[in-house]
Amino acid sequence: MTSTREAILEVENYNVEFWVDGVWYPAAIDMNFSVKAGQVLAIVGESGSGKSSSSMGLMSLLATNARTSGSVRVKGVEMLGTSKANLRKYRGKEVAYIFQEPMTALNPVYTIGFQIIETIRNHFNLGPTEARQRAIELLTLVELPNPETSVDKFPHQLSGGQRQRAMIAQALACDPALLIADEPTTALDVTVQAEIIELMRNLKDKLNSAVLLITHDMGVVADLADDILVMKDGFTVETGSADQIFNRPQHPYTQQLLAAVPKLGFAQTRPSVHLDNAQPVLEIENLVIEYPKRGRIPAFTAVKELSLTIFPGEIVGLVGESGSGKTTVGRAAIGLLPVKSGSIKINGQEIAGATQKDLAGIRRATGIVFQDPASSLNPRLPIGESIGEPILLAGVASGAELHSKVEDLLEQVELPRSYRNRFPHELSGGQRQRVGIARALALTPDLLIADEPTSALDVSVQARFLDLLLELQADLKFACLFISHDLAVVDILAHRIAVMQNGELVEAGLRDQILKNPQDPYTQRLIAAVPVPDPAVQRARREARLGRG
Amino acid sequence: MAKNNKNLNEVEAADEERDLTAKETVGLSQGQLIRKRFFNHKPAVFSMFFLVFITLFVYSASGIHLNWGETPITVQGWWPYTITDIPETVFCEGSVGCPTWDHPFGQDPLGRDYFALVMRGAEQSIVVMLIIGFFGGLIGTVVGAISGYFRGWVDAVLMRFTDFIITIPSIIIGAVIGFRVGNLGVVPLAVYLGLFSWTGLSRLVRGEFLSLREREFVDAARVAGASNRRIIFKHILPNAMGVIIVSVTLMLSGAILLETGLSYIGFGVQAPDVSLGSLISEYQDSFTVSPWLFYWPGVLIILVALSVNFIGDGLRDAFDPRQRRQISRKELLKATFKKPADPSQN
Repeated sequence: MTSTREAILEVENYNVEFWVDGVWYPAAIDMNFSVKAGQVLAIVGESGSGKSSSSMGLMSLLATNARTSGSVRVKGVEMLGTSKANLRKYRGKEVAYIFQEPMTALNPVYTIGFQIIETIRNHFNLGPTEARQRAIELLTLVELPNPETSVDKFPHQLSGGQRQRAMIAQALACDPALLIADEPTTALDVTVQAEIIELMRNLKDKLNSAVLLITHDMGVVADLADDILVMKDGFTVETGSADQIFNRPQHPYTQQLLAAVPKLGFAQTRPSVHLDNAQPVLEIENLVIEYPKRGRIPAFTAVKELSLTIFPGEIVGLVGESGSGKTTVGRAAIGLLPVKSGSIKINGQEIAGATQKDLAGIRRATGIVFQDPASSLNPRLPIGESIGEPILLAGVASGAELHSKVEDLLEQVELPRSYRNRFPHELSGGQRQRVGIARALALTPDLLIADEPTSALDVSVQARFLDLLLELQADLKFACLFISHDLAVVDILAHRIAVMQNGELVEAGLRDQILKNPQDPYTQRLIAAVPVPDPAVQRARREARLGRG
Repeated sequence: MAKNNKNLNEVEAADEERDLTAKETVGLSQGQLIRKRFFNHKPAVFSMFFLVFITLFVYSASGIHLNWGETPITVQGWWPYTITDIPETVFCEGSVGCPTWDHPFGQDPLGRDYFALVMRGAEQSIVVMLIIGFFGGLIGTVVGAISGYFRGWVDAVLMRFTDFIITIPSIIIGAVIGFRVGNLGVVPLAVYLGLFSWTGLSRLVRGEFLSLREREFVDAARVAGASNRRIIFKHILPNAMGVIIVSVTLMLSGAILLETGLSYIGFGVQAPDVSLGSLISEYQDSFTVSPWLFYWPGVLIILVALSVNFIGDGLRDAFDPRQRRQISRKELLKATFKKPADPSQN
């Protein structure tokens, strides 16, 4: 970046505080930064670090119990403490926001065209036809297919990536000088994420806007950012150019954050545990699962002719994008979904068509860790009861014996024994997910099914969680079906990897085979789309992509 | 602006929510949290104390009379007159039986002490309220839980039955029941009314169960080997308690009005016993001459129904932490002068 360019956003001694139960809690403390035209500044931090609150506070978009202080200047005009009318003039016109969830940020009862036109006509004196023309131009700019027809579509008629494009088009409607993108790709699949990042990069060059990017994903940051600001608990921990932060981080927190990011292809090699004569723990053959017809919605085949085998002591990573049917496989393997045809055997016992009574027996050999730590524990039960439930219902132990078993399990997942009487809401996300593991391991199962257990966790928490899972697996030697959308995470854990797309298994094999030498084009695309947290590598990959194209 | 923000930024709200809950819940159980939020709702707390006070006052004043079966059980209250006593009518300027020290609510045209009548009427209303609430709550919860949990044909049958009950106007049900059992006293009347007032609750509970049964902790319980009964009562029902308690509370105030309405049109409590509704109905003509005969029962109905409603509001806020109370301008102004918290604690 050249320093001669005009600074679009200048922030000085900027504080954000929230009034909660009689105390002001700071969300951002003494922030100082500036963004110039054509520059991308990324604010990086884990959840609760204040990165979102600080960006919303810039244009006074926070709830009434928040207050901001310091100075925020957009093109030299002070934004804090200015009148509402003046703020409205700048919002959308000079400063535009892109949000994380396009489904909730777009109004579902209006067409995307209507919403874009509304923004345009709020700020410019344009007639309906010209505004519509402009909206179509914008949709063409964000590379939405068939802009002339898409303009009249409702948000639910578009895919996730297309919705995000529509929202970007809306944000760009008035050629804003500053674009604030708050986790713009977090809700998207990796291949779609790669496209959106590409789009944002092109747009930034084309429009010469300043971009403030808020994200927790180091890969995205490496791909887009010129400068980086690292936040922790409201404090600015470190600032610098992307090259500085990634290659020569000074602050221990930045170093720790970067170390926690799983990198594809850097995990230790894991010896294969494949045993030819052993009986597989899980044997899936030609599995078909169909969600039956409901009213006018036709039946949907979520899994088509899938075969997969897991041997004792082996971790198999099942990878795919959203809607690929990977979660369906996991849930069917534990008998939570009816099987249309094919067979699922656990330790040689058939699950498909088993009675409730048989299932209860088979399930004692399995455990499952769910995706969302917030919903997988009963909020009304102390965690000790949740963990102890399988043991109690299996009739293994009760009373004082049960309590001591539960406390042992808590210790195993590195939680204090005294946590037995705590409620889920008193624990952090990472702790809740450990409780989830403790419950899954309560009956020392032969097979553990982990359904995206880390997708709701921050990277540093995720790193600790994965370490714990590896340790436990080495200790207890259970087989594990690890379902994830994140190839880098699977890389750390799995002996073998299976890749799913649209309900079909496209490729399966040893980990290195899949990651280093993928055969199927979809697998290749998936691996190429994973952002690498290293600006130099990203640039090289981008150039390689361009060269190909 | 705040509203705009709420719609626009889910992420922010979620972040903030997480921060806040983490802060306020260290070491508090769910029950304690709800209690704390309830006691922060001033109208609800005031109404609760008021309701307890008025119940004790009413019952201690008129005593307890149960004409159940052959031998009526009677416990005398502290008020010297009963509804059957006919003391001498006090004459006062321009009217008959106006409020005096001896008869603070006045006397009716027969000379009966009106305070005793009103107390007896309020007593009846409270009994009706509790019984309707109990039966309606019980049936509504069970029907809603079963149809929401099992879905399929069970749900279809139960919900069509519910629809059928809903289509019958409650005033007609009440009239028929009142005509049949009104003379047996207030308890059977309330029981029968309770048997028909569960429909709204059952739909709410069904909806709650439909969404709760998809939560992952229900799957986790199923994998752990829990039976349907255990999942319904141990796992889902406690999570649906908020909806149930709130709507039963609101049902209570409806129950009072239903009984009053029935008695007013003459199908509820039959003479010589009285209820607040029958008192209003009986003395509506005397509004111009002796208005106290009209407004005392009215005031009591309003006070009881209003306080029950406030309690219901308070409970709803307490059970639903998503509905955060808006910070008032006064509080915000006061807060401006406070120092920020020590960031190291944050």
